[in-house]
Order: sequence, then structure tokens, then C-alpha cells
Amino acid sequence: MNERTTPHGAQASLPPLPHYVSPAPFDPYSIERTTPEQEKIYLASQWKLMALKFKRHRIAVLSAIVLGIMYAAVLVVEFLAPYHQDTRNVQHIYVPPQPVHLFHKGELIGPFVYALDYKLDMTNLKRTFTENPEKPLKLRFLCRGDEYKWWGLIPGDLHLVCPPEGGPMFLLGSDRLGRDMLSRILYGMRISLTIGIVGVAVSIVLGISLGGLAGYYGGWVDDIVQRVIEVVRSIPHLPLWLALAAILPVTWSPLLIYFGITIILGLIDWTGLARAVRSRLLSLREEDFCVAAQLMGASPNRIIFRHLMPSFMSHLIASATLAIPNMILGETALSFLGLGIRPPITSWGVLLNEAQNINVVVLYPWLMLPIVPVIIVVLAFNFMGDGLRDAADPYR
Amino acid sequence: MFRYFVQRLLVMIPTLIVISMAIFAIIQAPPGDWIETYIAELQSQGEAVDPAKIEFLRRTYGLDQPFYMQYLKWAGGLLQGDLGYSFAHSLPVNEVVGDRLSLTVVVSLASVLFVWIVSFPIAVYSAVRQYSIGDYFFTFLGYIGLATPSFLIALILLYLANVYFGISIGGLMDPQYMNAPWSWAKFQSILSHLWIPVLVIGLPGTAGMIRRLRANLLDELNKQYVVTGRAKGLPPGRLLVKYPLRISLNPFIADIGSLLPELISGSVIVSVVMSLPLTGPMLLDALRSQDMYLAGSFLMFMAFLTVIGVFISDILLAVLDPRIRLGAGASK
Repeated sequence: MNERTTPHGAQASLPPLPHYVSPAPFDPYSIERTTPEQEKIYLASQWKLMALKFKRHRIAVLSAIVLGIMYAAVLVVEFLAPYHQDTRNVQHIYVPPQPVHLFHKGELIGPFVYALDYKLDMTNLKRTFTENPEKPLKLRFLCRGDEYKWWGLIPGDLHLVCPPEGGPMFLLGSDRLGRDMLSRILYGMRISLTIGIVGVAVSIVLGISLGGLAGYYGGWVDDIVQRVIEVVRSIPHLPLWLALAAILPVTWSPLLIYFGITIILGLIDWTGLARAVRSRLLSLREEDFCVAAQLMGASPNRIIFRHLMPSFMSHLIASATLAIPNMILGETALSFLGLGIRPPITSWGVLLNEAQNINVVVLYPWLMLPIVPVIIVVLAFNFMGDGLRDAADPYR
Repeated sequence: MFRYFVQRLLVMIPTLIVISMAIFAIIQAPPGDWIETYIAELQSQGEAVDPAKIEFLRRTYGLDQPFYMQYLKWAGGLLQGDLGYSFAHSLPVNEVVGDRLSLTVVVSLASVLFVWIVSFPIAVYSAVRQYSIGDYFFTFLGYIGLATPSFLIALILLYLANVYFGISIGGLMDPQYMNAPWSWAKFQSILSHLWIPVLVIGLPGTAGMIRRLRANLLDELNKQYVVTGRAKGLPPGRLLVKYPLRISLNPFIADIGSLLPELISGSVIVSVVMSLPLTGPMLLDALRSQDMYLAGSFLMFMAFLTVIGVFISDILLAVLDPRIRLGAGASK
């Protein structure tokens, strides 16, 4: 200790120092003390940190909201759709989308559509529908319409919007049997959106268990799993999906086929997740906390699920989110080719199956509308997955 | 290097054997076989089915033998270039597939080239001018390319090509060249038709490649040696090309492995939509009618193409990166 570190008391008797010395009392802990904001970040759990980071990624948050709304809509599809998915309007085949108007002859009468006049063009046998500007038909809201069974269980007939009395309402047009495209797209949303989730669940289970085994035990277990992954990856996905989908017996009910397809999608997609899990485990099992747990006699099960899993769960969720759009596109492709979901069940791919030839592009372009939600969902999942991945990455 | 080459070549053999087993199991799995489909078809047409003939058919095609014998026969044939017999066409598979396999290779290679040529400059531009308007534009385009199912793009492009360029719809060449021998005119006709499928098939791959290369280059550009180089006054172009670009090229080559299956998958669906004489439409038919040797040979061919692609990319990577060549990368 010399006089420079103890400025009080001794200061008077000594000659002034040649340089400036602050008279304030010295507090050695000032550097370590944190502001409340810093404290919040330092003490936050891993999940809280992720949430904080995720919130800064604006497009990802927006995508998450869009997806949230869509999945909420999946719950009440029957209520949202104006028609039942199978309701046919034999008089109105291939009706182009009808616009919704608010003003009739300069007068506000609320949302309505005009009645349709039908004419068959005798030169090319094309059906033409024209709006009749004399007959406005007001839309009805929260009304009784087609009967349905909610999730196939609870009967009901309440709809958000119903077609007006005395005329049909095809906001997105109708198809070759006069079924409402809007309703069919909404019903298809249920299948298309759930298929990704179920498929990813299958591939997560496979990926974690096989990748976990390979990563934790290493050695010959690792070798075998690695070879299996290599084999699965070196067969192009779509042909393999096609071949597997062709195995599903024709006699199966559409619902069974649906589950078959999800399992097929998951069966091939797990390799990416398994690889991620494996490489994470390989590096994590060398860490001190893992060795400590081993020395204390924890079983491999406990070490994998209790100690190692939390360290890469966030990463895994991000990878799984990025895998969902692939499954949705995969199902769309399979159904488009006619080997996926079969007609009584409606998915976006099944709807697009109708838009397979060039005639549709030229004559009935609205049959290609189901592609719009496909693109939106795939984009949203990609953005959200990117956001999650960035948030889960501790090195940024 | 030679050691690595041989080692890598030997690893391919068990992989191919396992793949062939898996494929055979898959094409065998549907209940019943082609003969049953055939009988049902005959019966539905009201024709009598002669049991002796059925027995004869079964025996000639080896369908009465146990599973492993059928497999051995098929795999043995593959090794000698005999792809088996197509029931639906009553011809050897070799004759049925004809030009399709070679055209598939041509289209796939053209797509790989397309992906490289297009994605390379765009990715470099996006990374060097990060957050510029061009970068945002290409990123947006890339996302659209990833999210739009290729069959839709195929349909729309077909329509546009026909309306604006007068190219005949579907097919890889003008109809008059369909069965004509190879000539310069036929070659030109193929070239003028090839760009649409190549564009459609390559689009998702291009989008993914741009994303990866851009991310890699950005990582590299933020490293300290780049800052040092800039501080020492290296010209920007030289600074970019000399090291960061070379290092970030790795995924370009490593990705052939994952790019090829993606392109082949894409080509299946696009060729169905555009009715191209590739393997796609025929594979679909073969799978539907349980024409198992035809389907199996197509699947095997696609898998083989992929395995070769992975092999080539591994070799190129080893040439490029001494760490892999010397075995240090194996522990990763």
C-alpha cells in the first residue's frame, strides 16, 4: 500500500502529486455492478433470450402471426367457409370470381354481389357468366347455411358468411362441378397445414432417437446410422415419395391414406434432423457437465434427455420449422401427380390436381388460386424458421 | 490423394448395394404383382384367362421365385447392363427407356450449369453490396423461387413461351424431329426447347445456392484478414477474389451432392407437367401399373446419378481442400 491508493488523511501531509487523482471514494465493484436492464438479460433463461432476440426479427414475428391466424382458422374451417366443400351448384359451373361491391347506383347498401346471367356461347360452347347490374344480392352474415359436422363430430349449420338468397356467391369462382373454390381452399387448409405438423413430428421422433443414439454412443452404432442416412439421402426425394405412396393399398380409406402420406413424408425427412442432433451431441458429450453427470452415475437416458437435450432443443425447433414447408410442398407435389391424398379429402395439392393442364391456365385461371396460400404458408414458415434459427444461435 | 480416391470409390459399392436392396423392396412391396393386374384387365374385357399361360408368364419373369432370388436376378442383370423386362410394354426395359436416360442426364447437367452460372454472380453481388436494393430484390426473388411449386412455374412459362415465342407446347423438340436421327437442326430444336425445363428445374436450386453462398461470403468478408488487407490498401476486386471468394466456394462444390437429388426430383414433376421425354412420366406410369422392373430401373438410375454426383463433389472438395484430403475433416 502506498499513499496513492489511500488519498484521504495522508493527502494533507504529502506534496501534491504530479498528476490528477480523483478525490471520489474508490469502489472496486463498480465495474461488476449491472443496470437493471443488463440484469434482465444476464439472468434470463435461454428461452427468454431466444424470445427477446426473435422479437427483433420483424418479418419473422409477422410470419409467426400470419401462421398463428391460419392455424387458428384451421380449427373453425366449417364456420368460415360459406359452403360445404362438396356442395355442388350444377347451374354454375366454372363461374369466374365474383367481386364484392358496396355501392349500388351510388347508394351504400353494404357488401353485396350482383346476380349472374348465364349464356352458352354456341360457337365455342363456352359458358359465359355476366353480372346483372340490376339485381344486387346482399350477403348474409352469421347465418344458417349448409349443414356440416364440426371436425366430423358436432353437427351445425352456422356460417360466418352465407350466399345471398336467390343467387350463388363464388368469391373465388367455382370449379368443374360448381363447387365454391373459397370453401374448398379453406377446407384444404386443414389438411395441408396439419400434414406438415404431423410429418415433422414423425421426423423429429426418428431424428432425435437415431441421431441421439449415433451421437451419444459413437462407434459402430454411429457408423450404421451414418450409412443409413447416406443411403436415404442419395435417393432423390420425390421419386422415392412416389414409390412409397404407390405402395399404399387402394382399398385404404382416404383418412388412412392421409396418415400414410404424412408418415412417408416424415420417414424420408428425418435425416437432416438426425445429422444435426448427432453433431451437436458429439461435441456436447465431451463437455464437463456431461462427464460430471456420468461420474455421478446418471444413466445414458437421463444424460441425453435431462442434460444434453435442453442444450440443443432450441436449435432443433428451428430446424424442424424449416422442415415443415418442404413437407407441405412435398404433399402438394404428390397430390398434384395423383399419388397423394385422394379426392374425398381435400388438400391444396388435390385442388391443384385439377389445374394440371394448359387449358386451365388459359380458360379458368382461378382454379390455380390454391397456389397463393401455398406460397404464403411456405414463405411464412421459411421466414419464421430463419428468425428462430438466428435467435437460437448463441454466437450472434 | 490416390488413397483417398480409391477409399471413396470403395465406399460407394456397399452404398449402391444397400440402395438397390431398398429400391427392390419398395417396388416389390405393393400387394399383388403385375400378372394379377394383367389378369384383372383381361377379365374386365371379358376375355378368358388361360391358367397355363399365366403359369408360363410367371415362370418366364421369375415371379414364382422367392424374393431374394428375384432380387439377385435383377441386381445381376443390372451389373451386366440388362435392366430387366417391362411387362406393360412387353419389351426389355433397355428398349423402352431409349433416349430417356441420356436426355435426363443432359437436362440435369444443363440445370447444374444453369444453377452455377446464375447463382454465382448474384450471390457475390448480394454479399458485396449487402442491404442494397439489388440485394433485397434478389433475396426476395430467391424466396419466391423457394416457395413456388415448380409445376406452377412450368405451366405458366409453357403458356407464355407458346404465346410470345411460338414454341410448341410440351416435349423437348419440335414434333417433326421426334423420331428423326440426330442432326444439327434437331440439336438446335432441342436447345430452343431446353431452356424452359432447365429454368424451371434449376430455380429452387438456384435460390438455395444464392442464399448459402451469400451467407458464407458474408461470414468470410467480416473476418479480420479482410480488414487487414483493406487497411494495407489492396484493391477491392483483388481483395475479394484472392481469399474470401475462394474459401466460400466450398459449398458450391460440396452441394453437387444435395443439388442433384433436388434437380432430379424437380425434373420428375416438371417433366410430367410439360410431357418431356424424360424419366419422370414413365416412372409415374410404371409405379401406377406395377411394372416393377421398369420402375426399379428408373429409381436405381436416379440414385446412381446422385451417388456419382456425391462422389465427384467429394473428390473435387478433396482437391480443393487439403484438410479433407489428409483426413482431418473426417472427424467432423
